[in-house]
Amino acid sequence: MNSHVEMEHHRGVLIVRLSGELDHHAADYVRMDMDEAIMRGQVEHLILSLKELQFMDSSGLGVILGRYKLIRSKGGKMAVCDATAPVKRLLEMSGLFKIMPLYDDESAALSDLEVAL
Amino acid sequence: MTSSEARNFMSVQFAALSENESFARVVVAAFVSRLDPTMEELNDLKTVVSEAVTNCIIHGYDSDPAGVVSISASLENETVHLTIEDKGRGIEDLELAQQPLYTSKPELERSGMGFTIMENFMDEFEVISEPGRGTSISMKKTIVSKKALYN
Repeated sequence: MNSHVEMEHHRGVLIVRLSGELDHHAADYVRMDMDEAIMRGQVEHLILSLKELQFMDSSGLGVILGRYKLIRSKGGKMAVCDATAPVKRLLEMSGLFKIMPLYDDESAALSDLEVAL
Repeated sequence: MTSSEARNFMSVQFAALSENESFARVVVAAFVSRLDPTMEELNDLKTVVSEAVTNCIIHGYDSDPAGVVSISASLENETVHLTIEDKGRGIEDLELAQQPLYTSKPELERSGMGFTIMENFMDEFEVISEPGRGTSISMKKTIVSKKALYN
């Protein structure tokens, strides 16, 4: 199974919906797709929706941390939402929630980020 | 499945190509499925296989597809034994490599969490590495079958 990236711009917020399996094989494509959108558009903040992500390993963590650094370097914020139980467990173990918040769904993440807009 | 005394085993070898990472996860998951693991246990095993195989490809072979990755697995009662190895460059400083967040390849955006995840998701975990000869990771996990949980 491959990984897919679906993106939607919502004012200054880029919503990225990941699906499938985010491993080392998929990481390069996912990273390039996201960076292209971040660098091209008027993207200030980033929301990563993980509802449809079936599998992720430490390569996926690397992709998330890399995008976090990129968004932060542009002065923006990043949030994660809708993580399935196994993905959430991995994010918790890595300490990711110390640097970015987890929301139940996209709208909760959006309304919080829009307050900051 | 009744817990028999018989030992079951399997082994596979494949090219060090990143597209084989999902193949490796599926092979091990299918082999272990006869123990009736929970979704969480199965996901743990798939994650550690993914970590170990990715290490072989990226670090052992520097992404050279000529390299060969080997996986052998065995089931002894409810315990899964896994060995994943490469004949690649080996690890110079094992202690440093196992530090959380340490990566020898920061330019590849690695998280440095591979060994930490393997240690956390498995009951036992051991790395043997010889610079220039390769790296072998041996791990064990006991499956608490669903049957036992329900009874």
